[in-house]
Amino acid sequence: MSSARKNAFQRFAANRGALVGLVVLLLILVIAVAGPWVYPTSPWRMVGRPFLAPFVMERFPLGTDTLGRDIAAGLAHGARVSLLIGLVSTSVALLIGVPLGALAGYFGGWIDDAAMRFTEFFQTIPSFALAIVIVAILQPSLTSIVMAIGVVSWPPVARLVRGEVMSLRTREYVQAAVTLGQSTPRIIFSQVLPNAVAPIIVMGSLMVASAILLESALSFLGLGDPNMMTWGYMVGAGRTRLIDAWWVSFFPGFAIFLTVLALNLVGEGLNDALNPRLSGGRN
Amino acid sequence: MPFVNFLAGRIAKGLLVLLAIAILNFLLIRAAPGDPAMVMAGEAGAADAVFLEQLRQRFGLDKPFIEQLWLYLKGYLVLDLGFSYRQQQPVLGLIMARLPATLLLTGTAFVFSLALGMVLGILAARRVGKLSDSAITLAALVFYATPLFWVALLAQIVFALKLGWVPNIGYETIGAGYTGFRRALDIGHHLILPALTLGLFFMALYARMMRASMLEVAGADFVKTARAKGLSEGIITRRHVARNALLPVVTLAGLQAGQLVGGAVLTETVFAWPGIGRLMFEALAQRDYALLLGVFFVSSAMVVALNLLTDIIYRAVDPRIEAAS
Repeated sequence: MSSARKNAFQRFAANRGALVGLVVLLLILVIAVAGPWVYPTSPWRMVGRPFLAPFVMERFPLGTDTLGRDIAAGLAHGARVSLLIGLVSTSVALLIGVPLGALAGYFGGWIDDAAMRFTEFFQTIPSFALAIVIVAILQPSLTSIVMAIGVVSWPPVARLVRGEVMSLRTREYVQAAVTLGQSTPRIIFSQVLPNAVAPIIVMGSLMVASAILLESALSFLGLGDPNMMTWGYMVGAGRTRLIDAWWVSFFPGFAIFLTVLALNLVGEGLNDALNPRLSGGRN
Repeated sequence: MPFVNFLAGRIAKGLLVLLAIAILNFLLIRAAPGDPAMVMAGEAGAADAVFLEQLRQRFGLDKPFIEQLWLYLKGYLVLDLGFSYRQQQPVLGLIMARLPATLLLTGTAFVFSLALGMVLGILAARRVGKLSDSAITLAALVFYATPLFWVALLAQIVFALKLGWVPNIGYETIGAGYTGFRRALDIGHHLILPALTLGLFFMALYARMMRASMLEVAGADFVKTARAKGLSEGIITRRHVARNALLPVVTLAGLQAGQLVGGAVLTETVFAWPGIGRLMFEALAQRDYALLLGVFFVSSAMVVALNLLTDIIYRAVDPRIEAAS
């Protein structure tokens, strides 16, 4: 087992893209953690003249926006919100998708049928439109945004876990546990699910990326938490003065792009490292 | 009569999905903080008392829960999606007026992204590990991570505002009074930028899927047979590999259609494209929840219809599906 783990680590380290992604991600994480110390004042405060161009004044390296707010400060504070919402809403999606998929895959029959119909229904609905409707009607807040993203992103998790569990439950060690008289929940949690962790981790890392994209799109439309500075909001706020102040929208959008790209690279690296058989065609 | 049975089954399934969405809308109104009549009227507090009373009457808001649900669904059964108090018009009429623009935009983006994505996927798969494969794979990765609204804004700055190649916003030149072919050309000119930016993400997605699908099929026995027969690589790629790799990609593309409709909200907002996505944005800004839920219902219906269409086309194209189902 430990040598298998070591191999996985080596495979990850051998993937240049994944390493670059990891470094970028760590950098963003540092910014998110250190942001409030470097920029202790609220990112909403107007600290300078509006429309200061980037790379001109040392105090405002990335310039100021339409109201004279420091863009670098906004980016630092926005990093927290993006990462936080990405992680929490992915956890929500996993909390819905993993149990549902596990139940469907383990029991089969009508439970599987019902669970899969339910999943299909959620996959048919245009997910971004559903997220908009949920956040708008429940009023924009951290909770409603996390809930909306979680609700629209769990179906692929349920399908994945169902497939994994279906194939794992026929293995001999699971049959042995059944014969030993272990309780069903114990078998699911201690025999089956631990062996399905690798693909769930891979999917989870890619889901954090799409959750961040989704959150930024909601914020762009004005559905962000009104008390939090987010990257999506910053892009939206700069949109009206695009011609004379391109940087107001450019930098926050680039921050989103970089974060999502880094997460995708790490996710693909994890995929190659943890599921070597599936990606055999690549090398 | 297997085809009639199949069709009836699929239509019934689609209608069930629409019923479930209507129920979901009802539950969302109930979950909203405050008076449901206020939520349906939108613009909290701005609606007059007479209108609120009408809503309470019509939806029986003093009656038991199940009865309320029935009264709400009854509206959907006769295609009455509610009344936009803000615009003083029925919701369905407002949506229908905007639907053609959205169909044009999403349809164009879908065809463009699927066609180009497949070509790029095939090219990448034919040259696995070579420079062009890496370039295509990298481009797909980049587009996949780019926020749609941001790339739309950037495209607007560069191609419309700085270079002036295409119009900045809108559906057609206002006040030009073009008719017939000249008008179609004008609309097409306005369509280029929104359709390209909307399609870019999906193009990346389809290119990645096509590449993976091609590599999978390339290892199949019938491909080895074709090669053993001495067929040229070009013919093998076109006739044997690409054709078989196509099907799973088209299936997934059909399933992704819902996302395309969602993406239209962002693209239409940036480019002031007068479709239902823009209408959704306007409804958001005005807190017009009746309209918002109506747009959500109609866009879901669009996706259901599209999935049905894909199913039918499939059955016509690939006889094996009939045998399997």
